[in-house]
Amino acid sequence: MSVYASDEFARRFAEIHPALGDQAALAEASRCLYCFDAPCTAACPTHIDVPRFIKKIASANLRGSARTILDANVLGASCARVCPVDVLCEGACVMHQYNKQPIEIGRLQRYAMDHYYGDGARAPFAVSTEKRLRVACIGAGPASLACAVELRKRGYGVTIFEARELPGGLNTYGVAEYKLRPADSLREVELVKSMGVEFRFGVRVGEGVALEDLEKEYAAIFIAVGLGPPEPLRMVDEYLEGVVDALRFIADYKVAQTIPVGKRVLVIGGGNTAIDAANAAKRLGAEEAGLIYRRSEREMPAFQFEFENSKLEGVRFYFQMQPVAVRADSSDARRVGSLECVRVELGAADESGRRRPHLVEGSNFLIPCDMVILATGQSRFLDFLTRVRGIQLSEGNVVVDPESGATSNPRYFAGGDCVNGGREVVDAVAEGKRAGIGIASWLEAQYG
Amino acid sequence: MADLTTIFAGRIRCPNPFWLASGPPANCGEQVMRAFDAGWGGAVWKTLGEPIVNVSSRYSSVDWNRQRMMGLNNIELITDRPLDLNLREISEVKKRYSKQAVIASLMVESKREHWHQIVKQAEDAGADGLELNFGCPHGMSERGMGSAVGQVPEYTELITGWVKEVARTPVLVKLTPNISDIRMVARAAKRGGADGLSAINTINSITGIDLDTLTPRPDVGAKSSHGGYCGPAVKPIALHMVQQVAGDEAARLPISGIGGVSAWQDAAEFILLGAGTVQVCTAAMHYGFRIVEDMIDGLSNWMDSKGFRTLDDFCGLSLARVVEWKNLDLNYKIVARIHPEKCIGCELCYTACWDGAHQCIHMDRVGARSGHNSHRTPAQIEAESRRRIAMTPIPKLDGASGNGAGPYATPLERIPRVDEVECVGCNLCALVCPVDGCITMEQMDTGRAPETWEQRMAALQKGGRC
Repeated sequence: MSVYASDEFARRFAEIHPALGDQAALAEASRCLYCFDAPCTAACPTHIDVPRFIKKIASANLRGSARTILDANVLGASCARVCPVDVLCEGACVMHQYNKQPIEIGRLQRYAMDHYYGDGARAPFAVSTEKRLRVACIGAGPASLACAVELRKRGYGVTIFEARELPGGLNTYGVAEYKLRPADSLREVELVKSMGVEFRFGVRVGEGVALEDLEKEYAAIFIAVGLGPPEPLRMVDEYLEGVVDALRFIADYKVAQTIPVGKRVLVIGGGNTAIDAANAAKRLGAEEAGLIYRRSEREMPAFQFEFENSKLEGVRFYFQMQPVAVRADSSDARRVGSLECVRVELGAADESGRRRPHLVEGSNFLIPCDMVILATGQSRFLDFLTRVRGIQLSEGNVVVDPESGATSNPRYFAGGDCVNGGREVVDAVAEGKRAGIGIASWLEAQYG
Repeated sequence: MADLTTIFAGRIRCPNPFWLASGPPANCGEQVMRAFDAGWGGAVWKTLGEPIVNVSSRYSSVDWNRQRMMGLNNIELITDRPLDLNLREISEVKKRYSKQAVIASLMVESKREHWHQIVKQAEDAGADGLELNFGCPHGMSERGMGSAVGQVPEYTELITGWVKEVARTPVLVKLTPNISDIRMVARAAKRGGADGLSAINTINSITGIDLDTLTPRPDVGAKSSHGGYCGPAVKPIALHMVQQVAGDEAARLPISGIGGVSAWQDAAEFILLGAGTVQVCTAAMHYGFRIVEDMIDGLSNWMDSKGFRTLDDFCGLSLARVVEWKNLDLNYKIVARIHPEKCIGCELCYTACWDGAHQCIHMDRVGARSGHNSHRTPAQIEAESRRRIAMTPIPKLDGASGNGAGPYATPLERIPRVDEVECVGCNLCALVCPVDGCITMEQMDTGRAPETWEQRMAALQKGGRC
């Protein structure tokens, strides 16, 4: 049976954090101490009033609970599933100092949001069209969705331009399937759409539509284009058949569902995306999935809980190895057959505080494989960004005022991965939300 | 090893002071015998009288924060079993269990001959004592019995007197709390010749309303009736009433304390306020007869740790410490002290002090310290937090974020500070703090001699005359 047959796929990608039942949710909600100026709320980039929504679960006011969440974070349903709560709300929970087990905020949030969507997802906010001005958002990911909602709440028109066929950005195309399914992401976009936000798909700004035209039609422009494909590793024969970039691999297995997974898969990289790809390869049927990272476990940027979970998924970790060449299969010169690596020693700390890797000369060796997934740092859409007049970039990221998302060109605002260099969904939502408010106050100041 | 044996009202002997109260757990001989096997020192049989018909449903409860049955309410009446059967079973129990006490609870029409007859029947069956049910607040009171008697001191005195005309065993009068001053009825019972008092019976109540059907609970065919409230929720009311009676010379009699006894601590408290035995119903209904084991064990261990050999060693010891407000020392001063190493940073003390007390706890350990009159308000503090930009940390790239600054597990900026000059020593912060021992109330030396309000008024009057 194909791994993409719907039952089989659903079985293989069963949710990692299943929903709470009614009784469990009530019991968990009742455990919350209802802190004042709660640290969970402070830790949340969107500042969801966590104790408030939890108390509303405890009082069986589920609609009010969902409203509390959506007020702060319109993507509350996906954030409940994808947020690294260990380093955010749950990591800040005072219960760590009390009886050790933090409140399961993520699962409670999901409980409230599941109820909301199960109950017809009635429009949570009043919207109006009182203002004639319109704003263009480039990219239909979490940052633009959050930005659009703030603008619609304040009466401005919004059009979101998206190069792909589906909205949601990484929520639809890039989050591990066992955390968030495309249907759940799209359901959330429907809510944004129901607030009168216009979407134009398959349009790449700068190609399908000119920036100049946007500037004429729209009073302000929000840039949330995210990041591009990984930077090349400059390995010998890097582009043999069977070598794929991680985000394309993830998008394909989630949405198009055509990509065949290899028997022996190697993922290059040490971030959360590398781990997602390796886990997915394993779940899609790879006999072996390995992850190659050039430094040690201590420097690996992936979250600790992701690393721990991945080991449970059966992923093998190769530390202190640097891939230098993709080698062809002995029977098919076009296809990958192994990865040539060099051992790495770690020297003194570099400017990031992590020990600097040094290649050990002559230590080359081969790891057999039939698929290589590249999950190293993503590139910036510099072609596009450098064409936006007057916006300042730093290391390829758009420089903004963090309070308002304003760039150095007053008509342009920006948020999400193209600003923060690649963080979490909730960071993109927070930046989009602040930018939406920032754009509205700028428009107010300009046009009254 | 402490000795829990009890001789109540002079003649009722039992191995420990824990009795089942008159109610569903003491409905029949089979239950009472199993209860005695589990360790109960006595049982007050479910009220005997003319058998009645009960309704369904009969109970409803108040849950609190997911804990079941903080309070229980019932509309069940007295026994619905034939009197003969109950009497036969009392004899059987007394034959098999000689050490434990069996008390017969009684309620009949307010006629002298009816009372004479039931007293004789119960004593002939072997009851060690009698408890006159003048407290049942529902159903029976509509028929002129139960609390209809207990709410009128004259009736209480009269019927107690009728019973005493024939009784050979100690007579306890069970008091209703549904009255403005329980001492009036207690005194009447004493005048009538009662040998002891049981306090309190259940409190009139409506536990709640089903918000779908709009019918109050318990639902009897879309109607309800007021019931009798009991369980842990009523203990403070019961303690107060026991103290009132025990502290009243004209009412003073041996008391069997009732109302929310669920654990050995509750029993110790009733005894410290003068009770000789305690009666338990809700806790046995909730968890079964087995709960008595820890009641006995815990009380015994506590007595050992305090050096009390017998119940008499501490019976009533706290009574002298309940005085009228006017006799409290106005110069006794305590203030709250927060132990920062225990603080978890929930800030419940802060919000409680600001909204519910005297605005003397502040969030200013970091930054400029407030003066006595200038503080950030709760709203300002929340607004500052909301304005702060938070970002998901990537621990290994962003460097260790840890828990913030300060020498304690909780960041210093989240640990509240008490303004001890302004603190009135109300206890609220210590009450709301979820951590044991994190906020203590410390005595301050005011340098002033103890002085009560009464003394102060007297001094002022004297001064006024000068």
